[in-house]
Amino acid sequence: MLKRSQYITLVLVVLLVVVLLCLPRRTADGLKLAISGLFLPLFGLAASTHEAVAKMGNGLTPRGELLRERDILRTNNQLLTIQLQAAANALRENDQFRQMLKIPPPKQGTLQFARVIARDPETWWRSVWIDLGSRTTPGMRTNLPVLTAEGLVGKVVAVGETRSQVLLLGDPGLLVAVLVGPGGLNGTLTAGSSWMRENNMLDIENLFGESADRTVHPGDEVVTWGEGGVFPGGIAVGKVVDVPGKEYGAATEARVRPSAHLDALQNVWVMILP
Amino acid sequence: MNWLHTIFILALAYVAAFLEGRLDWFRDLLGAQITLLPALMVYTSLRAGIGAVALLAVCGGLWRDSLSADPLGVSILPLFFIGFIILRKRALLLREHQFAQVALGLAAGAAFPLGTLFLLLNLGRAPLTGWMTLWQWVVGTAAGGVLTPLLFRLFDRLRGALEYPALKQSSFREDREIKRGRQ
Repeated sequence: MLKRSQYITLVLVVLLVVVLLCLPRRTADGLKLAISGLFLPLFGLAASTHEAVAKMGNGLTPRGELLRERDILRTNNQLLTIQLQAAANALRENDQFRQMLKIPPPKQGTLQFARVIARDPETWWRSVWIDLGSRTTPGMRTNLPVLTAEGLVGKVVAVGETRSQVLLLGDPGLLVAVLVGPGGLNGTLTAGSSWMRENNMLDIENLFGESADRTVHPGDEVVTWGEGGVFPGGIAVGKVVDVPGKEYGAATEARVRPSAHLDALQNVWVMILP
Repeated sequence: MNWLHTIFILALAYVAAFLEGRLDWFRDLLGAQITLLPALMVYTSLRAGIGAVALLAVCGGLWRDSLSADPLGVSILPLFFIGFIILRKRALLLREHQFAQVALGLAAGAAFPLGTLFLLLNLGRAPLTGWMTLWQWVVGTAAGGVLTPLLFRLFDRLRGALEYPALKQSSFREDREIKRGRQ
């Protein structure tokens, strides 16, 4: 009798797994968000603890240290204001040229601050959870770019009411169309081989240029292309570390070190696009 | 105690699944994240019934997958098979011996990621694997071996706190009287 009940349970569990794995992607994602919603009390508790610790830390910071930091921030603020004025002038000129050449304006979005609240427990995927959701942030949806001040981090792949999942650069599920170097060769940023992942590097494949003399060199900047449909153009991605081989005199692959520190993310910015 | 026992196991699985996603210090220190679920499954299969094993596999697997980029449900089967196999053979195991607990914990810690990886590859997914994966597997295996006896101790203490202690049987029997001296 005991054996029979064990085998019935085995069949039921296998059936449940088969049903779950055969669910349509959309339904499975919705179910996943609903189940992860069960962790809301723990997320809330963790956030409260974090705040309490931060408050305790604030009380312990010496006044001299705070004043010194305030002075540094004030200086930085003035510098950035001046740079912003110069950037605004350049943007105005750029808009005028665009109008003259009848080029459509680029996608522009607003940046929304987010905290990283959890990381993928599996080591073979690269994803994090952030504390922005459809209820807390208007305009939050999938496929929005996520970045830090250093550069691109990834894109939003699932949106819950109060939190969202972000796929990071280097995950096999995320391909990014990029431009490399001053020549503007285009290619596809992928997860790369295992050796590169272990050294926190990514791979650019299918590098293609109109003329063969345009090639890639170590130190070249890599930015988003803007033609992939997800990421606006010009977001910093990383720098070329080396070019492993050339075919027919032109490089087809390059190794890239991402600008953002993907293993130590605490805060990110989500670009809310219209 | 049976239901309470199962509830404690599930509560621990729930907190463990959350902490796996939340706590970074172990991952930053060793480059690998440890999971409590295989060790918990060893404990459950040695101390509870098939119902608790199935509940832990389904709930623990779903909770873990919900915070991961894994397809939903992929962790359930490896967890359940670990529990099922141990449950079927537990009469032959010296389950109260620490050595057996460590050995089973090591085996479960090693089998769980391999089973999940096997399923992922068969589902056509391409997880990030390399030499580092081997290190992460070794850390996960060792964690299984270390955590399993600790879980036994934790639950033994919990049982001790919540249950009446078993009455110690004395060698004295009331229906037996030894009369001394000559009659």
